[in-house]
Formats: sequence, structure tokens, C-alpha cells
Amino acid sequence: MSLAQWVLSPFLDYGFMRRALAGACALSLGAAPLGVFLVLRRMSLMGDAMSHAILPGVAAGFLLSGLSLGAMMVGGIATGLAVALLAGLVARLTPLREDASFAAFYLISLGLGVLLVSLRGSNMDLLHVLFGTVLGLDDPALLLVTAVASVTLLALAAIYRLLVAECLDPGFLRASGGAGGWVHMAFLVLVVVNLVAGFQVLGTLMVVGIMMLPAAAARFWVRSAARQIPLAAGLGVAASAAGLLVSYHFNVPASPAIILAAGACYLFSIVGGPQGGLLRTPRRLRRA
Amino acid sequence: MLLPHFRLPIFHVAFHAFASAAECRARAASAAALRFPRLRLAPHGIRGGRGRRLVGADRLGARLVAAMSAPVAIELTDASFGWHGHAALKSVSGRFAAGGMTAVVGPNGAGKSTLIKGIMGVLRPMTGSVRVTGAGRAGLAWLPQAAELDRSFPVSVLELAAMGAWRRVGGWRRIGDEELARCMHALETVGLADLAGHGVGTLSGGQMQRALFARMLVQDAPVLLLDEPFAAVDSHTADELMALLCGLHGQGRTVIAVLHDLDLVRDHFPECLLLSGSVVAWGDTATALDDAHLKLARQWLAGGRA
Repeated sequence: MSLAQWVLSPFLDYGFMRRALAGACALSLGAAPLGVFLVLRRMSLMGDAMSHAILPGVAAGFLLSGLSLGAMMVGGIATGLAVALLAGLVARLTPLREDASFAAFYLISLGLGVLLVSLRGSNMDLLHVLFGTVLGLDDPALLLVTAVASVTLLALAAIYRLLVAECLDPGFLRASGGAGGWVHMAFLVLVVVNLVAGFQVLGTLMVVGIMMLPAAAARFWVRSAARQIPLAAGLGVAASAAGLLVSYHFNVPASPAIILAAGACYLFSIVGGPQGGLLRTPRRLRRA
Repeated sequence: MLLPHFRLPIFHVAFHAFASAAECRARAASAAALRFPRLRLAPHGIRGGRGRRLVGADRLGARLVAAMSAPVAIELTDASFGWHGHAALKSVSGRFAAGGMTAVVGPNGAGKSTLIKGIMGVLRPMTGSVRVTGAGRAGLAWLPQAAELDRSFPVSVLELAAMGAWRRVGGWRRIGDEELARCMHALETVGLADLAGHGVGTLSGGQMQRALFARMLVQDAPVLLLDEPFAAVDSHTADELMALLCGLHGQGRTVIAVLHDLDLVRDHFPECLLLSGSVVAWGDTATALDDAHLKLARQWLAGGRA
């Protein structure tokens, strides 16, 4: 089997592989640019917390109306935003820092979510929610993921300068008449919406991987945020394709394969990346 | 990054030992008038005596008259500021006159930065009110402490300076050639033109203060609020920036600066506000900074107000 065949034939021969590729690529295009900002704002663990926070909402939607995409989507967005707001509120009203209150709330959410899923569903359902069904994407799920990716990219382009200014110097932005608060909120909404759209594809646990890993890898190759964003999206797409191919040829589950492909990308970047990669900074390490 | 090619002359600031605040102001003002060609345009139809050609002092005069005709001052009425319900600065009442040059002085924790943030509107007063006359808060330029910035965020020095144009370009409008030229000019003024494309993370402490100074110049506001502009800079840089500041004051701008160096304050600032959790003294620098007031300021903060 030639390399071209190895790469192309799974997608040419099987519809479900094409759907999986389209879904995973759309997800990468939307989620990875958000991940770049999460990394730059030192909020990397926020994505992880949010992905658990959407679980009880998704489960409640699942309990109320079965495998209805709309109900799970609405539930997930509702609990995701609720946790974000509550954590922010606790951080503002009490001495507890925001990361700690986030951790507390997402652990509560996770417990609640798993409980709700197991109340009615089987273990199989729980596995689908946690690890996704990338090889079984139906039309509504595919449309949802692609629509969310499109809206995310447009919204990110619209608020890009505000977001950069808000990250760099929030006080100055506020003093200059640019309201920074809603930008942060809009960004959180984008993160939550992408995580909810992504749980169909990769599952709630894995979707954070496609958001954070390409972004963290891109950071080692280029400096500016404007360059990290397309690179992260590109790496995400490449990892999706590679993961699906590995899954097909070696008969392993698809979503962990995609995340592991992105992880390999990240590990390679740590070592070989020109912006602070290990191979490029031997002197600094020796001195330290 | 694509940058237009600039061939603007760089003026070396060489004011080190000023005899008096007045002399400093006069000399730096003429230098600043050269450095800011945009400001030389006589606004509101004011023209120099020699018809269309405005030179030297005439330009400066026109600028001063323009600034006087639009007075901007800040008035505080029994204003208290703080965080989490705890007031860091209590019941400040007073007025910053338009065109004045005031230093804000006090021990650590006296509420100096808090006052600046309160005036800028970043912090809402817990009681009382802050009134900014004239153009309102749009007429205020702010140079915050360098520590307030996330310096690891990957933006260039030019981009940081361009943030000063926020009120004109906002989140969506294009940053045109004119704004870009203004940013480059500001960077040249503070001596950072060569580093325009470098990341802010690579700057030294002094260079960072220069970059923040450039951003304040780009804001081009009639009132300038500076929070420790000379923190972590060497004396040479401090002298240069101080000369620039005097020049800006000479153009008729109101300057309010948080400072620690009392000698610098006595040399250059006619007025002084001494804080220590509340106002200890406010007025003529020599009086405000006399031994009795300074002792009082230390006592208030050490033992709480009697």
C-alpha cells in the first residue's frame, strides 16, 4: 500500500470517516484559536474546568429529552456559564482565588453530571458523553460543530483587538473607555459554546485537548498571538487527520488517537520549537 | 511587520542640571514644540504675529492660549476609595487646577495609586464624588505602574504605544498612517524608535517606562496622570523623562505625577499633594513637604489616624 493510499483511502472509501474528519477539523479551527488566548491569559486549566462544568447540564438535557442535541446543548451552555459566573462571583466576594473557586465548582459539577447520567443511562451512554462519538456523527451534530466554528472565528476576529488589550492591560483599557468586562464574558461564552459543540465529537473530557494542545504547541514556534492562532488551528487540523488515520489503520478508539496526535505535536514542539524549545536553549538551562 | 520609513529628526534631550523649575519648563517646552510638529498647528484660528509663518515662541504661545481656553481640572469632593469595602484613601477634597503641575507624594500604602485610579475611573469612589471638567475622562491620559501590565503577553513596543490611540481608534477602526506616524514619533521622542518591533517582554525596566511614556504621548490628552513614572529607571532616563514632562507642562497640559524622589518634586513641581491614608497637605510644594507634614504622614500610616 502506497503512502497516498494509506492516507487517502479511508476517507475516500467511507462516509463516516469523511464526516469524522469534517467534524474534527471544524472543531479544531474554532477551538484551537480560543486555546491560544487561554494559554496567553494563563487560564489553561480554565478550559478543563469548563469542560467538566458543562457535564451536569448535558446530563440534565439527556435525562429530560433523551439524546436530543438541542436540549443537551442548552443545558451544557447554561451550567457552563453558571459555573463561570459563580466562580467569578466567589473570587470577587471572598478571599478565595478564582482558580481555586473554579476547581471547586467544576468538581461539584463533575460529580453531579456523572450522577445524573448514571441515573437513567447505561454505562455506554456515559462513555459516549465522556469520550464522544466522532465516528458516528450525524447531520445535526456536524452542522452544529461547523456552525459553532464559523461563529467562533467571526466573533474572535471582531473582538480580537479588545481581547488583546484586555489581556495586556485591563485597567488601561477600562480607563480609555473600552469596557473590558463584556469582552472577557464574550470570550468565556465562546469557550463554553465550543466545548459544548465539541463534546459530540470528542467527548467532554477530550474536547479540551484539541483546544489546549495545539495552542500550547504553537507557542513554541511563533511569538505573536496573530501568528499563533492560525498555526494552532493548522496543528489541530493536522492532529485530527493523523489521529483518525491511526485510529482506522491500527484499530484504536478515535478521539484518544486524535488527542494523542495533538499531544505528540506538543511534545515535539517542546523539544524542537525555536521559541524557547529545549534544543534551542541549552545555554540558558546550563546557566540556571 | 511593515512599517513606513520615517526620517524624522531625533532630538537629544540634554537637560541634566536645571537651575529652576521655571527654566526647565521654558527650555523643555521649546524642545517639545519642535518634537511635536502636529501640535504646532495654531488651533482655533490663532495665528502668530508674522502671518502664516509661526516660529519659536509664537508657536508655543499659540498652543498655550489654546490650552488655556479649554480649562480641564479635576475636583474631588469628600471622595474615599478602596477595595473590598476597606477604604485605602479617605475623604479627599480638593481641586487640581488646569495647567498645574502637581506631585502626589506619600509613604507606601498611602493611597497614591488608589487616588490616580479613582480619578481615572478604574476605581469607583466609595463615598463622595470625582468630577472631571472639560472633556471629562476622555481628556485624561494615564501612565500606570509597569507592574499592572502582563509583560509576558506577546505584543511589540509599537503595539503597546498604539494602545494610547484607543479613544480615537477603539476596538474596530483602522489604525491609519497618521496614527502610526504619531506612535513612531512618540517612540522617537522617548528614544525607543529602534525597538519599535521588539516584544515588550524583552524591554528593561527603564525601557518599559519609556514605552509607557510613549503610550501616554500617543494619548495626546490635556491632563496627564503618571503613576511612579520614574520607578526602576536610572537617573539619566529619569532626567530625560522629567524634561519631557516639563515640556508637556509647558504646552499647557495639566500634570499629576506620583513620585518618591522628594528632591525631584521640590525641583520641578510647584504644587504637591502629600497623602497618608488621607490628605496630609495639599498646596505649595515647599509648605506641603516641610518637616512637620512629612513627620505627620509617617505617623498617620504607622499608628493609624488619631
